[in-house]
Amino acid sequence: MGIPLEQILIQTVNGLVNGMILALVASGLTLIFGIMDVVNFAHGDLVMLGGFVGAMAVASTGSFWLGLLIAAVTIAVFGSVLQVTTLRPLIGRDPLTTILATFGMSLVLQKYALWQWGPSARQITEPVTAEFNLFYLQYPWYRILTAVLAAVIIGTLYLFLQRGKYGIWIRATTQDRVMASAMGIPVPLVHTVVFAIGAAMAAASGVLFGPIGGVTQTMGFNFTLRAFIVVVVGGMGNLGGSILASIFISLLEAYAALVVSPAQAVIVSFVALILTLLFRPTGLFVPTPK
Amino acid sequence: MRRLDTPYWIGFGLVLAALVVAPLVLPEFWRRFVTEILIWGLLAMSSDILVGYTGMVSFGHSVFFGLGMYGAAAALLTVRPPNLWLAIVYGLIGAGAVAAFVAYFATRLRDIYFSITTLVFSQIFFVIIFTWTEVTGGENGLTFRQPPFALPGLGAIAFTGATLHWFVLAVVTISFLLLRRVTRSPFGMVLQAIRENEPRARAIGYSVERYKIVAVMLSGLFGGLAGVLYAIQNKFAAPDFVFFVVSGEVVIFNVMGGMGTLVGPVAGAAFFLLLREGISRYFTEYYLIPVGIIFTAMVIFMPQGLLGFARRRLNQ
Repeated sequence: MGIPLEQILIQTVNGLVNGMILALVASGLTLIFGIMDVVNFAHGDLVMLGGFVGAMAVASTGSFWLGLLIAAVTIAVFGSVLQVTTLRPLIGRDPLTTILATFGMSLVLQKYALWQWGPSARQITEPVTAEFNLFYLQYPWYRILTAVLAAVIIGTLYLFLQRGKYGIWIRATTQDRVMASAMGIPVPLVHTVVFAIGAAMAAASGVLFGPIGGVTQTMGFNFTLRAFIVVVVGGMGNLGGSILASIFISLLEAYAALVVSPAQAVIVSFVALILTLLFRPTGLFVPTPK
Repeated sequence: MRRLDTPYWIGFGLVLAALVVAPLVLPEFWRRFVTEILIWGLLAMSSDILVGYTGMVSFGHSVFFGLGMYGAAAALLTVRPPNLWLAIVYGLIGAGAVAAFVAYFATRLRDIYFSITTLVFSQIFFVIIFTWTEVTGGENGLTFRQPPFALPGLGAIAFTGATLHWFVLAVVTISFLLLRRVTRSPFGMVLQAIRENEPRARAIGYSVERYKIVAVMLSGLFGGLAGVLYAIQNKFAAPDFVFFVVSGEVVIFNVMGGMGTLVGPVAGAAFFLLLREGISRYFTEYYLIPVGIIFTAMVIFMPQGLLGFARRRLNQ
């Protein structure tokens, strides 16, 4: 095996950066699942829409950060509209119907994006163009910044859930919907807000990912699939597990890409998912349930 | 029971008669269209065994369809002269082998985990087929010649549009009758018991896992058969048909037509293809926008699908 150490280290950095973006997507997905039992098949498409809205906002305002904010807010509002119109009527039905309804949404969103923005990829210009030396590579600081920013957003979410009044409402709804409702918590509103938060996080990852991989109308399915894998490997509805699993899966794919082509490297994460489901169906990064 | 069944068989006979006559009266385009509806209908029926009868929503049915296609391609490209029955056998072996693989792993899981696992499995095979260019032709797929229709001892004649339609119709009708028999057998009843209440079915003493594995195998075999028919009709096998889009369409067929009825998914396939045909004249490739909206609305307001909706109306 002639893989030089530098390459392995570079792939480690790449894996960590990709892992943090994926963690941002997956924590929104797992939050939505944990609270409303909704498997959001359209989550990746929210990433894609966020990317497009961000690309337009960045182009018209000239500021990346403003574009990021606009995209997150727009998609949060859009997400709450989606939740009220299509998911609220499904509360109390089989979770499988939510996967069907969100699958329908995903079809519409993807083709809408194709209609609105065309088939070609949009590039978002990065706000930080500086680079540093990583062995023989000029590695952009922007990527490191992305990982840090994703961590900050997830950290804020965690603090909000742990400390904020509304965060406590959300956690109460997760634990027992009926009891939370009896205590006077407006459960339907909590559902909408959680979906909006998840959508905003998806949009933010879309914008952050824009300068690295470009925004295309087909990127949604890929993100959905990877986020599903991560959320299952990490344990459904478990925020910490999803983050660890995102990094784990991304590192695995990054190392696999050293040996095989990147298209084949995704199989590694598929296999990781299947092995997890076989041997630890509750997730890799959670304590064994009693 | 007998009394209720009579109108059903009369309706069945009428539809069958219409489908037999169809190629004689329809122009070329619509004849092909009806043949395609039958093929997709068979795929939809096969997934109904899982979705409707056992309560397991498969998001990876494209893998069975695709392996059926590539199995047929293998037979038609390697064996001279091309043999129709061998293509079917190879296709069924391909789909059956994958179905055994998927069944072994995926049936240990329930609900959404089953759905996600089937989705992931179909992606694994998609990536393998897409990247293994030497064997599968990669992105371009494989093309081959249509095998003639041959009966042992009676010689062979090449398919025409009409005879191919009748052949497909015969295969789909036999499959339908077989599947209908299976769903009404004690085995089918156990599947429905699993759908209604899995822990209880287990408590009664049924080996739920074994039933689920057989259900996935059965579903995969008929899905593969649909793939073989599609390969023979179109004379190619392409990785697009292993991709998620096909699996998604199968789910749409089921929801639109009505799960758990066998006939419903076929009606759903016809409805979807007609909608696509009608809408894409105005919206070209954006037909999925209105179709997706209709689909989502049906999930919310018409969970029984078209057939369930119609049945309720008739019973009123």
